[in-house]
Amino acid sequence: MRLSTPLALFGAAVLVLVGPPLLTAGGGAETGTQIPGLRFMVPNTPGGGYDITARTAAKNAEDAELTHNIEVFNLPGAGGTVGLSRLVSEHGNGKLAMSMGLGVVGAVRSNDAPKTLADTTPIARLTEEQDVVVVSKDSPYKSVDQLVDAWKANPGKLPVGGGSSPGGPDHLAPMLMAKAAGIAPKDVNYVPFDGGGELLASILGDKVAFGVSGVGEYLDQIKAGELRVLAVTGPERVDELDAPTLKESGYDVDFTNWRGIVAPPGLSEAERDKLVRLVEELHDSPEWQKSLRTNGWDDAFLTGTEFGEFLDAQDERVVSVLKELGL
Amino acid sequence: MDALNSLMDGFGTALTPVNLLWAALGVLLGTAIGVLPGIGPAMAVALLLPVTYGLEPIGAFIMFAGIYYGAMFGGSTTSILLNTPGESAAVVAAMEGNPMAKAGRGAQALAAAAIGHFAGGLIGTVLLVALAPTVADLAVDIGAPDYFAIMVLAFIAVTSVLGSSRIRGLASLLIGLTLGLVGLDQMTGQQRLTFGSLQLADGIDVVIVAVGLFAIGEALWVAAHLRRSPGRPIPVGRPWLGRDDVRRTWKSWLRGPLIGFPFGAIPAGGAEIPTFLSYATEKRLSKHPDDWGKGAIEGVAGPESAASASAAGTLVSMLTLGLPTTAVAAVMLAAFQQYGIQPGPLLFEREPDLVWGLIASLFVGMVLLLALNLPLAPVWAKLLRIPRPYLYAGILFFAAVGAYAVGGEVIDLVILLIIGLIGFGMRRYGLPVLPAVIGVILGPNAEQQLRRALQISDGSVSGLVDTPFAVTVYAVTALLLLWPLLRKVVTRVRARA
Repeated sequence: MRLSTPLALFGAAVLVLVGPPLLTAGGGAETGTQIPGLRFMVPNTPGGGYDITARTAAKNAEDAELTHNIEVFNLPGAGGTVGLSRLVSEHGNGKLAMSMGLGVVGAVRSNDAPKTLADTTPIARLTEEQDVVVVSKDSPYKSVDQLVDAWKANPGKLPVGGGSSPGGPDHLAPMLMAKAAGIAPKDVNYVPFDGGGELLASILGDKVAFGVSGVGEYLDQIKAGELRVLAVTGPERVDELDAPTLKESGYDVDFTNWRGIVAPPGLSEAERDKLVRLVEELHDSPEWQKSLRTNGWDDAFLTGTEFGEFLDAQDERVVSVLKELGL
Repeated sequence: MDALNSLMDGFGTALTPVNLLWAALGVLLGTAIGVLPGIGPAMAVALLLPVTYGLEPIGAFIMFAGIYYGAMFGGSTTSILLNTPGESAAVVAAMEGNPMAKAGRGAQALAAAAIGHFAGGLIGTVLLVALAPTVADLAVDIGAPDYFAIMVLAFIAVTSVLGSSRIRGLASLLIGLTLGLVGLDQMTGQQRLTFGSLQLADGIDVVIVAVGLFAIGEALWVAAHLRRSPGRPIPVGRPWLGRDDVRRTWKSWLRGPLIGFPFGAIPAGGAEIPTFLSYATEKRLSKHPDDWGKGAIEGVAGPESAASASAAGTLVSMLTLGLPTTAVAAVMLAAFQQYGIQPGPLLFEREPDLVWGLIASLFVGMVLLLALNLPLAPVWAKLLRIPRPYLYAGILFFAAVGAYAVGGEVIDLVILLIIGLIGFGMRRYGLPVLPAVIGVILGPNAEQQLRRALQISDGSVSGLVDTPFAVTVYAVTALLLLWPLLRKVVTRVRARA
């Protein structure tokens, strides 16, 4: 008995120390798109939007044999800014990437986070999704014009529901819409809900005058006739929906939510190109194209410096909206 | 009966050997996850998502539902035996269950909890089959003012769990409310009590507070007193429920679902508030008021039954509306979308095999869980025979793993330890811990609903009482508050007459 306890302990220690490296080893040579030991950080909780994007991308990349054993891990907090700080602190780490989107741009500004996306190495924008302006089937508003007329007359009495906290995508969209309609964003009565699900109940129950959220959240309710969609916020109509864009209706709004990938700062050009190439190969793979279809994501592929310029432009827009709100 | 036919077809799907296997795997995993403090069913399902990618959707969902129900069963085990809730829904089980375990009736408490979960899950699932469309329609009619009214009722109900000293109970509740304030203001994004730390911006997770106050606090307390009261082994006692126990609990088992099921179905419901309300109800209706606080078996049976029934209610809103009312439902919703299936009004027509197979598998899962947990009750109860230094070392280990798993950050462990020290201090000065945990759960919810209601009514206070539902709840609350006074008046008038 005396002998077996230390032996067992030793055995356990060996298992813990040697096991994981053995299991994760064997990734193949460092050629082509292979990046052995690549880790993919998700700055929100398991099951959230960035999480599904990251896990799907990792799975597809493995299935397409672009690289092996991508480790996806979650580091949630403060709308993604906790993960962002961590990413920025991993200066020069070419084996780390983070999934992110417009929500992180907003969270950086509304939380006044010390690190911004300008501190990262932009890799690619992957997908985008328009927002929809929806009301319940019993709502008196049949068109955007009717809604905006009533809204203009008394902004405080027409609460707008959105699935994100101030600074997030569902908050920005109605603010831009208000601005285009000549309503001061400060007067908008925006009610934040904890995601599109909780918001849905409030729209169906006519607790809010109208709601703004991603197209994908409500496609089914719209098809079933429970919700009426008045407009989409992007530049073009959505195929599945019989609804005009805000621009067609005479409101100068062009708003699309998007998701993408960034990497730590201080990468060498070769390291950055390698990540970009991996994402390019992923984008071209049949696996990823299939995932886009099943998840209902719009392809919005944009890489490298162009994506970096896009990030800067998005940041400027968020800052200008938040400034007008005095946030 | 159309639903009944479909359900029979569903059993055909659920009882195939492969799907039975998934159900069994799910309930086993769920029970284990429930027992471990900190690791909740939502996280377990989320982590399994990529693994199940290649499975048939039906198999995956049968497993997920098994995990969800299994975690409800398992969560109360550590609550009862070790005063260490594994999930926030199991906090109430510690109130009466742990005194029972200390008195050597741990196996009975576990059995009462297991049968409670079985009854709650079964009745909840029957209600799911019978009422799904109706409940779903009603659920969306509940708005912010109604929630706030329910929160007020819950706060009043909480006074009955404040313990023997009201002032200490209130102090504990205030500690909880303060902890609940930490984080970003949900309406405006202002930082509160975060001391500029981004890690605190999302607030302190309820799991960390509950595990810290209960598990760490208890372990420190036991450690501090170990030398003075050397490890007297706790008797394990008879493994089965006596006839007297059954006589006292059967009504509680049946009452629990009536409270739990509707709460699960409404958008901001969840399993915690119905367990508090069930506890308060059972305490008021009990024929043995002297037992409360010393191990009243009804106080275990009712809330546990309510907790499982709320899980069934959650599925109603998720399947019929595509509306996730709890974290687990939100993750399951994401799983549906991964398979290209959109839960919502059209799901029952579009995927009848999947939906009815899933519902049938819930019945199968309940039976499996009862068969698993009832014989396990006396086995679990033997845990208490482990010498306390080893037992609490194990608890500390699992508590730390659980807290770390919530966010994967070292700061969570530091917060856990600080809250553990607060828990130790509270025990030292005789403050009950449960009101603090309730404060953390109810406080932020009540604040959010109150402010949302006021915002929707554009600042007018009348917005809080403009729905019949809210008025009814306030009337019930007023009646509860005034009841002792009324009773006195009535008896006095009668005595005079």
